[in-house]
Amino acid sequence: MAADIWTALFIALLAAFVGYEVISRVPVLLHTPLMSGSNFIHGIVLVGAIVALGLATTPLEDAIGLVAVVMGALNVTGGYMVTVRILAMFDRSKGKGGAP
Amino acid sequence: MTSYVQDAINAVYVVAVLVFILGLKAMSGPSTARRGIVYAGAAMLLAVVVTFASPGLSNFLLIFVGVAIGGLGGWYWARVVKMTAMPQMVAMFNGMGGGSAAAIAAVEMLGHLSDLTSSSLSLAGAVIGSISIAGSIIAFLKLQGWMTSKPIVLPARQVVNTAVLVVGVGFGLYALVVLHTFWLLPFYVLLLLYGILLTLPIGGADMPVVISLFNALTGIAVGLDGFALVNGPLGDAGYAMVIAGVLVGAAGSLLTLLMAKAMNRSVSNVFFSAFGATEETGAAVQGQLKPIDAADAAIQMAYANQVIIVPGYGMAVAQAQQKVKELADLLEAKGVTVKFAIHPVAGRMPGHMNVLLAEAGISYDKLFDRDEINAEFPATDVAFVIGANDVVNPAAHRQGSPLYGMPILDVEQAKNVIVNKRGQGKGFAGVENDLFYRDNTRMLYGDAQTAVGKLVSELKKAT
Repeated sequence: MAADIWTALFIALLAAFVGYEVISRVPVLLHTPLMSGSNFIHGIVLVGAIVALGLATTPLEDAIGLVAVVMGALNVTGGYMVTVRILAMFDRSKGKGGAP
Repeated sequence: MTSYVQDAINAVYVVAVLVFILGLKAMSGPSTARRGIVYAGAAMLLAVVVTFASPGLSNFLLIFVGVAIGGLGGWYWARVVKMTAMPQMVAMFNGMGGGSAAAIAAVEMLGHLSDLTSSSLSLAGAVIGSISIAGSIIAFLKLQGWMTSKPIVLPARQVVNTAVLVVGVGFGLYALVVLHTFWLLPFYVLLLLYGILLTLPIGGADMPVVISLFNALTGIAVGLDGFALVNGPLGDAGYAMVIAGVLVGAAGSLLTLLMAKAMNRSVSNVFFSAFGATEETGAAVQGQLKPIDAADAAIQMAYANQVIIVPGYGMAVAQAQQKVKELADLLEAKGVTVKFAIHPVAGRMPGHMNVLLAEAGISYDKLFDRDEINAEFPATDVAFVIGANDVVNPAAHRQGSPLYGMPILDVEQAKNVIVNKRGQGKGFAGVENDLFYRDNTRMLYGDAQTAVGKLVSELKKAT
């Protein structure tokens, strides 16, 4: 049992470094999309919420699990849409503005 | 049979996690960013869909209903919301993630309270997730204007807040010890209350740090939930959550530190000092405010070689970005070089000004970071400050000022400075801005939309 936790800990350690390295040189221009995009990525919580609700056994667990799924789905689709909208504007401004 | 299904699902999780990392990487360049989010979106969709096939899952009707409500709601809400409301939307969707993490932890603890390892990890996830959702909702209310954006300072708040946190966590631990789920109720109530109390004393201008930190916290809460799940029957979803959550936690923490550094303050100072609640007294300012009318300001800009525009929250509030774009176009038509100087914490979320100017159609190669543009101010004829205050306050160079040490845009070094401001009030930090009193500074009073609109019509008249 505990072996799984240890494996997860090793994975977490590496993921932390990846997260740090991947965005350490991001320009101010992209701070919003980066934040909003990482907001979308922690929407993976929806997968956990589906598992939690899918394995729930009592009415109380069902109710709380449903709340988890609704909020997780809000996080994932809202986060995605906001990011896409912001990045779409950067594209347009590039086309319209004309580089010097 | 079952194990093949699980293998296939796991393979999808692995691919999804890989694409998340690549997608986040692509976010660090303007030309690749859009591709990054679309690929990450596809990977997420796939990961969610295959999860339905997990062996042993039931409650499908409820899951469908939940995904449909949340998914359609989030999709619709994010589509119709105005660009100017982006900071509070990001805060809200992030809060939802934190709330989801806290709720998952609750289900886990209700189901298997006696598994001590898993329960303590769930408890930790619940602590952070609850703080994140409650705090994010307060941030949303403040940014939406449904609650004052000024710091709300309650008496003895440090003591009260700490007590709420300690007692709340105490209830949670007690539940694990006596193996009785009832004690989770006061635990959640107090932790949500702590999230509220933590965010109330933080003012609007500190929101870039706050939103970014709650984003990181939600990531960590998701990661902790993942840890708690890896022990369970469908543990492999947990690994995906650990990687994605910790990835965001690390990236978000870094962004938070960058934001705090841009104000020369520590993250704990942002959260615990109730910054901006008190005004600086005693610092004498010499000279007087010298107003300018739109016609004179327009002439000054039209005859300049280079104009640097410094936008701040005032531009966002007045939704003046479209007028600013018109102004820049007219000036450029007259042969004036127009650049934009963007301070990292201008506005209410990281990169806020960039988003607004992009919305107005201003090319991002005209936007410059502080480090890139500061050397250009001495050679600039007109610096035009639109609704920015603390980020151009020379008090940052003066020892003893609350702003001391904050890296600012050195607007004061431009030959002429025109400041658009609604009235004569101080900036968020409550520090008098002696830039406004300098000999080369003129004040263009009025709401940014109206004031810049007048400049535009004056310039049109002149042609």
